[in-house]
Amino acid sequence: MPDALLEVHNLTKIFPGIRALDDVHLTLRSGEVHALIGENGAGKSTLVKVLTGVYIPTSGTLTFEGKDISFRNAIDAQAAGIVAIHQEASMFPELTVTENIFMGHHLRNPRTKTLDWKAMTEQTRQLLGRMQLDIDPDTLVKNLSVAKRHMVEITKALSLDAKLVIMDEPTSALTGREVEDLFRIVRSLKEQGKAILFISHKFDEIFTICDYYTVFRDGQYIGEGKVADSNEDTIINMMIGRSIDQLYPEHQMQKGKEVLRVEKLCQLGAFKDISFTLHEGEVLGLFGLVGAGRSEVVRTIFGIDKASGGTMSLLGEPFSPKGAKESMKRGIALVPEDRQKQGLVLKMSLTKNISLPVLKQLSYKGLVTRAGKEQAYVQDHGSQMEIKAAGYHVDAETLSGGNQQKVVLAKWIGTSPKILILDEPTKGIDVATKAAVHQFVCDMAQKGVAVILISSELPEVLGMADRILVMHEGCQTAILDARKATAESVMKAAIATTVMEDTHA
Amino acid sequence: MEGQRDLVAKGRLINEMSLKNRLIEFFTKWEVLLVIIFIGVFVFFTLRTPYFLDWFNLMNASFQFSEKAIMALPMIFIIMCGDIDISIASIIALCAYVVGSAAQGGASIPSLIFLSLLVGTLAGLFNGLMITSLDMPAIAVTLATQSIFRGISIGLLGDQARTTFPEGFGFFGQEFIKGTIIPFEFVLYLVLMLVFAFILHKTTYGRRLYAIGNSAEAARFSGVNVKLTRVINFTVTGFFCGLTAVLLASRILSVRSNIATGWDLEIITLVVLGGVAITGGRGTVFGVFLGSLLVGYLKFGMGLLKFSGTLMTIVIGSLLISAVLLPRLLDLYKANRKLRLQAQR
Amino acid sequence: MPDDRSLASFVKKAFARRESTLILLLFVLLVPISVRSPQFLSMKNISTILNDMAILSIVAIGEFYVILSGGIDLSVGSIIAFSGMACGMVNESHPELSPALLLLLGIAIGVAMGLVNGLLVAYGKIPPIITTLGTVNIYRGMTFLLSKGTWVTAHEMSPSYIALPRTTFIGISILLWIAFFVIALCYYFSRFTRTGREIYAIGGNPTAAKFVGVNENRVRVVVFLVSGALCGLAGALWTARYASAVNEMATGFEMQAVAACVLGGVNFSGGAGGIIGVVLGTLFLGVVTNALPVIYLSVFWQTFVQGLIILLALALNTLSDQHKNKKLLAQRRG
Repeated sequence: MPDALLEVHNLTKIFPGIRALDDVHLTLRSGEVHALIGENGAGKSTLVKVLTGVYIPTSGTLTFEGKDISFRNAIDAQAAGIVAIHQEASMFPELTVTENIFMGHHLRNPRTKTLDWKAMTEQTRQLLGRMQLDIDPDTLVKNLSVAKRHMVEITKALSLDAKLVIMDEPTSALTGREVEDLFRIVRSLKEQGKAILFISHKFDEIFTICDYYTVFRDGQYIGEGKVADSNEDTIINMMIGRSIDQLYPEHQMQKGKEVLRVEKLCQLGAFKDISFTLHEGEVLGLFGLVGAGRSEVVRTIFGIDKASGGTMSLLGEPFSPKGAKESMKRGIALVPEDRQKQGLVLKMSLTKNISLPVLKQLSYKGLVTRAGKEQAYVQDHGSQMEIKAAGYHVDAETLSGGNQQKVVLAKWIGTSPKILILDEPTKGIDVATKAAVHQFVCDMAQKGVAVILISSELPEVLGMADRILVMHEGCQTAILDARKATAESVMKAAIATTVMEDTHA
Repeated sequence: MEGQRDLVAKGRLINEMSLKNRLIEFFTKWEVLLVIIFIGVFVFFTLRTPYFLDWFNLMNASFQFSEKAIMALPMIFIIMCGDIDISIASIIALCAYVVGSAAQGGASIPSLIFLSLLVGTLAGLFNGLMITSLDMPAIAVTLATQSIFRGISIGLLGDQARTTFPEGFGFFGQEFIKGTIIPFEFVLYLVLMLVFAFILHKTTYGRRLYAIGNSAEAARFSGVNVKLTRVINFTVTGFFCGLTAVLLASRILSVRSNIATGWDLEIITLVVLGGVAITGGRGTVFGVFLGSLLVGYLKFGMGLLKFSGTLMTIVIGSLLISAVLLPRLLDLYKANRKLRLQAQR
Repeated sequence: MPDDRSLASFVKKAFARRESTLILLLFVLLVPISVRSPQFLSMKNISTILNDMAILSIVAIGEFYVILSGGIDLSVGSIIAFSGMACGMVNESHPELSPALLLLLGIAIGVAMGLVNGLLVAYGKIPPIITTLGTVNIYRGMTFLLSKGTWVTAHEMSPSYIALPRTTFIGISILLWIAFFVIALCYYFSRFTRTGREIYAIGGNPTAAKFVGVNENRVRVVVFLVSGALCGLAGALWTARYASAVNEMATGFEMQAVAACVLGGVNFSGGAGGIIGVVLGTLFLGVVTNALPVIYLSVFWQTFVQGLIILLALALNTLSDQHKNKKLLAQRRG
């Protein structure tokens, strides 16, 4: 076993109302690809933020190259040689690839002290070449595809002489060949003696590329081990800690009449030929890898985005909404993917957030707000969701992730929707709230509401849905009956490039 | 409601705050600070000159600021939503031109008013449609329309002036409410102020403005028609430009192409001074009311003390910067205290 | 690695840039105008246009840096006024001082005023629009205070000072030489110094800039400092060129500077644009302004035409962005 590069001992990070990390351990070694596994909300991103200096730990120690260390900010961590691959955050879209890589440490011509573009472009070309990437260093980053941008990010990490490279769900926006490219790069980084922290929930990747793993659950360290000595079941067990049935309540589907029919729905650049029907009382799971286009589909159904082709009909009537308001009137509700930017107005009180979609109903003649009626409405729906807060007057941003999600749900159940769409509703929230959300979904279905549930977690979608629509790269690859589907069949569909034969509509 | 202990409102449990902290919370509220400064200004000038605290003088002074104060009201809506409009002075100029020319052509008072309101509304509508359809920041579009609208006025008017107005037109800008010393303009302002306050704080429209200003995206996802709201804001602003043009023309009974120059920045100053965040989502009509009156009477007092006009602009400019700087310093101070207190625990 | 240097792709890349569109538009404009009035393209007229625009180009570059960093500088006109008035007054009372020294004085004054702006924005954390909204008044007020309400007229200024912008060197006026020098210097600054590139970073993606270690505060101060310096220089030149220093000078000039930037393709959200574009934008404005009498439009319509041009430029921006987005989307899938 090679020497430890970075060790995390008894690390705890507390935010108001939530213990994101609770006494965790982690050991990263040079030349080793180490997987960090856990469900959403297990504490993985919090740990990454601690390692990159964005968060300061509440307690615990970090040892780097044998010495105790603490980072005051992101620059300290970077100076120590720790680099994290983010998604969009670190790119300058209007600048070239070369500049994106060298911003902050431009090369200078030693004689004239001016920036040496020739040298930088040449070095960039070499770096890109080493990774066998077909990218022109002079391209503006905004003109690159998401996958290529990702690659540039990785190239940047290499140029910074990183000792520890952290990759957080790096293949989420990549296709087959690009994933292979990525693995090739990871292996070469390994050979160069770098330590790699690989965060992923995709077992096939973990078993392909990783040497070692550590499992977190609910912010706690559960276990670790060599990948070669382990198998999927043991790891899943550690991840979930209880059998799947407990987390996902039983519900008897009582399939009612058809409420929504979507036929060959398309949106240029996002998805094409999406077709399905939706019935009262059923839960349709929408599964796919990140970037499959699921959010775009539901946003189009909800009227936020426009379709470029295809038709929709609601209860038999044609339906092409020009805005969320129209969809809401017809009985559709969408709990969006980005809770903080789309689901809530963070700087408004809970009351104002919960009443926002139904202001007209709560007001006198649709104009004048009635505080009493509003308060009663908010109390009613808020208590249904059991929101934990000091009062409804507090700003939404003071709540924990789980409670924020409850507020969003409270906001939408008040609109009495016939179709409830939830986009990754349990992302980044604690397990207790997760269970509550799942129970909520079942209750809704029981009441006859048609539910579309987008999820990237196999266990969740298998446990909650009656049927599963799988998407890949904007295409609909399968509609499976959840009772007959297995994790393998769903995953197969999620990476399939053509529509699969064996689908049950 | 569960867990009183669990979560904190704005960083600390309200009912656990000491009296000292609660007082600090209260006195650092923007509107409260404005009231304090307002009282301070009044006291200062009253001590320095006997002419200040005279009802007649105070009411007379309102002629100088009522029009700008009226314009500050629709600007609250625009800035609240995160937009800005630097073409308002130009729309006023355009409407004033229309009023002046129509008046010279013998139009009646009602038709003058109607024309002014119509032109203003159309100009505002143009702004709103351009901004939402071009998907460009409002500052860029209104920069262009600023030149376009005033440009029309300059092009048509050149360096001439229009000074013919029908009998009685001067009422709006110069006269008082019958039997009182309160100017019509000022009363009009007070009424409009109350209307805007009602709309902002007590209607669904006002609620949506706050939502859009804090998170246009979340508002959109909640069914708010953000585009339409913004267009309405700009159109309404244009309408009030038309109104202000009538008042202004009525007051000075002369229209030149350079009328109301520099007003856009002044009016924005009034709004920001009143506590509306330049990025939107925060602020009250009461605050802007205080701010408008504060600036108005500050100028009046300085005039009485024979301050030069230029010294006045320096004072107003410094007031704006201090008004924004002070809360930030206070925030820093409060954050520092919190850190020190936390470290002690 | 495919070599993307074929002529075709070069041409395609060149035309995707705003600068090329501007040059094209310029030619499109010049053709009908010079047909109508051949003197338009005469050396004399071109020289007039260039000289008219020299000062604006200097100021527009300063404004460009501020907009690039994600802000806006509304105090430009007032800095020009204060600096111009100060130079005028110094020249009046000390005519023996060389004009070059006066230019330096102007720059120094501009630097000080820009520094105040920069410190308020960077460390006071006051948004640039509000800071400059305040300082435009304060600086203008200071101008009045300085001059005590009086003006400096041509009689009171030394002949050497007035002659400075007009003196020619190889047929080109000193004013133009200074403008060229400033443009070249700023181009070098933007392209070949670290700080110059960091301005793009903090405007394009402030969070990412922080991640890579860019000192945002320092860069913001520098940006306003440079803008101030350029305005200060412009003030000294203005007084000399127009042979007068009045309190109201350069009122509203910031809008012309911003207009030049918008035409030049500078994005208001920051992080995009180039000096060449700004200079071309200035030139465009100059040509249009100068062409008005040629097409029998009275000078009074100048403002209107300028506004129309900016609006068209904005519409062009949007349309080209939409077009590019569509292409990118189509490339992806669906």
